[in-house]
Amino acid sequence: MRLNLNISNAFADRLFSLAARGSALLTLVLLLGIIVSLVMGAWPAIREYGPGFLTHDAWDPVREDFGGRVMIHGTLATSFIALLIAVPVSFGIALFLTELSPAWLKRPLGTAIELLAAVPSIVYGMWGLMVFGPVLAQYVQQPMQSLLGDVPFLGALVSGPPVGIGILSAGIILSIMVIPFIASVMRDVFEVTPPLLKESAYGLGATTWEVVWRVVLPYTKTGVLGGIMLGLGRALGETMAVTFVIGNMSQSSSLSLFEPANSITSALANEFAEAAPGLHQASLIYLGLVLFLITFTVLICSKLLLMRLKKGEGRRA
Amino acid sequence: MKQLILAVCAAAVALTSIIPTTMAADSVTGAGASFPAPLYTRWAADYNKATGHRINYQSVGSSAGLKQIEVKTVDFGASDLPLTDAALREKGLIQFPTVVGGIVAIVNIPGVAPGQLKLNGQVLGDIYLGKITRWNDPAIVALNSGLKLPDIAIAVVRRADGSGTSAGFTNYLSKTNAEWKEKVGEGAVVSWPTGLGGKGNEGVAAFVARLKGAIGYVEYAYAKRNKLAHAQLQNRAGKFVQPSEASFKAAAATAEWEKSFHQILTDQPGDESWPITSATFILMHKIQDKPAQAAATLNFFEWVFENGDAQAASLEYIPMPSAVKDIIVRSWQSVTDISGKAVRP
Repeated sequence: MRLNLNISNAFADRLFSLAARGSALLTLVLLLGIIVSLVMGAWPAIREYGPGFLTHDAWDPVREDFGGRVMIHGTLATSFIALLIAVPVSFGIALFLTELSPAWLKRPLGTAIELLAAVPSIVYGMWGLMVFGPVLAQYVQQPMQSLLGDVPFLGALVSGPPVGIGILSAGIILSIMVIPFIASVMRDVFEVTPPLLKESAYGLGATTWEVVWRVVLPYTKTGVLGGIMLGLGRALGETMAVTFVIGNMSQSSSLSLFEPANSITSALANEFAEAAPGLHQASLIYLGLVLFLITFTVLICSKLLLMRLKKGEGRRA
Repeated sequence: MKQLILAVCAAAVALTSIIPTTMAADSVTGAGASFPAPLYTRWAADYNKATGHRINYQSVGSSAGLKQIEVKTVDFGASDLPLTDAALREKGLIQFPTVVGGIVAIVNIPGVAPGQLKLNGQVLGDIYLGKITRWNDPAIVALNSGLKLPDIAIAVVRRADGSGTSAGFTNYLSKTNAEWKEKVGEGAVVSWPTGLGGKGNEGVAAFVARLKGAIGYVEYAYAKRNKLAHAQLQNRAGKFVQPSEASFKAAAATAEWEKSFHQILTDQPGDESWPITSATFILMHKIQDKPAQAAATLNFFEWVFENGDAQAASLEYIPMPSAVKDIIVRSWQSVTDISGKAVRP
């Protein structure tokens, strides 16, 4: 009986190790498969347009003239705005929850913020379209237009029909969607900072701000950066909420934050089902490939940044 | 441990025994256009109740439906755009229409009641081209003597997603506005010169409802259910008509169905005809590897033509005239098995 158990344990061990290795390999194979099938699907468009696709400013399915500049710009601009808003706010939330909040408030507030992550994206989209867009148009866009309308560069930035639809509203909706991700990661890593370090700093007479800025943040920068990248990944890939509030204009591109624009994911979601086989479909897949490359680049950049941060650490010590 | 393994095995066996039985059920599968999807689902449910046969319809979009029937993953495809006879021959398919629907222009102009505003294809095209930008433009005023039109900007709204509704609308504009035809053309997705893109009928309707001075286009059924303010359109005969079942039927009746089912019902002649009417179509293979499935599919559509008009009307679709139904049912004789025998006697 005992021997029997041993054999089955050894067997289970090997089985477990095989399963674990298999899962890791499967992910890699899937990743490779996705890249290969994207390149194959996009090949007609790659052959036709080459890298010029990225900067070409047209989207005409009737005459089969495609370029991805408007969508790429929309994806990058909305994600940038989302991070611009979400990172400081999330930092504030995490800081408050770990350092400043009274104990009784920590838990309900933390849970409430995490709940935001569970709201389906289409709800954010509908809310953005029905509620937030009009508010933005009336209280932000129109005052800004009357204030800045004649200023050369800033005027172009706020031009457009007074609808509250476009890059800015998409970016703001996205920021609300990524805040819970970034904030909860930040809070978790802030909490693992050893109390000894913090209390030593407090003992030396540091203020809360100094403790967070000089002790907590340097100690947790890997985790914080990871949280931001998680948020960025979600912002780049978000589809449903963006498609409701971005205006879905794939042709013209302007600097304005309020002109209808488009994003890669939104164009894919809208047009893929009715895209005729051929260049239209290939161009859409090409766009998907570009998005893949963008997220890949973002990931590499964050790794490089982390490596440089680590190097700096040695020097400072 | 042993018990756990046993339980897992038992569960696996149970699962594998369930799946084949549901798959093997007598069922016909179709996929395609989203415009008729509510009706096909309703018909399928009623047919199941009446006969026990199961019809599955997946609303995946017209192009996807065409792709799926070409590779034979479904028993029938559905498309809002008819294929030309040459394309049908090349792909070895047949097609037939099931119901007709209309596309209406909806507006939000202060002081203008539903159905009051009159437009024609030329003006509508110029609005969507961005050439006419204000509601008191002389071209619009000329069509609407007696109606007080405000001096506000026109906000153009159109579909963001590829759709048969856009295809019908742009087809109409291409027929009635030369500049539109030359610059933009027709299709499920086109290069829109101006305007906001809303997702689906509901997205377009939401923008139009919110924006003063907006104009958009939606399916008639959607406009009627949500009581949206539509515009009158001038038809080919030069008459202004209101969208209604009668005006869609009039447009459908003018088509020469006996010659070919490739009929595009926009800009049809006739005093009563609504100018942006469109039919929706079913696609099947002409030569069937699985004659039993094909016969089951055709039986379903025959049942629908006999018993389904009331459901269609309740969902605001227009059934085909009975003369056309007869032509369709006769055309099914050309669906055969590999040996050339008709699948339905």
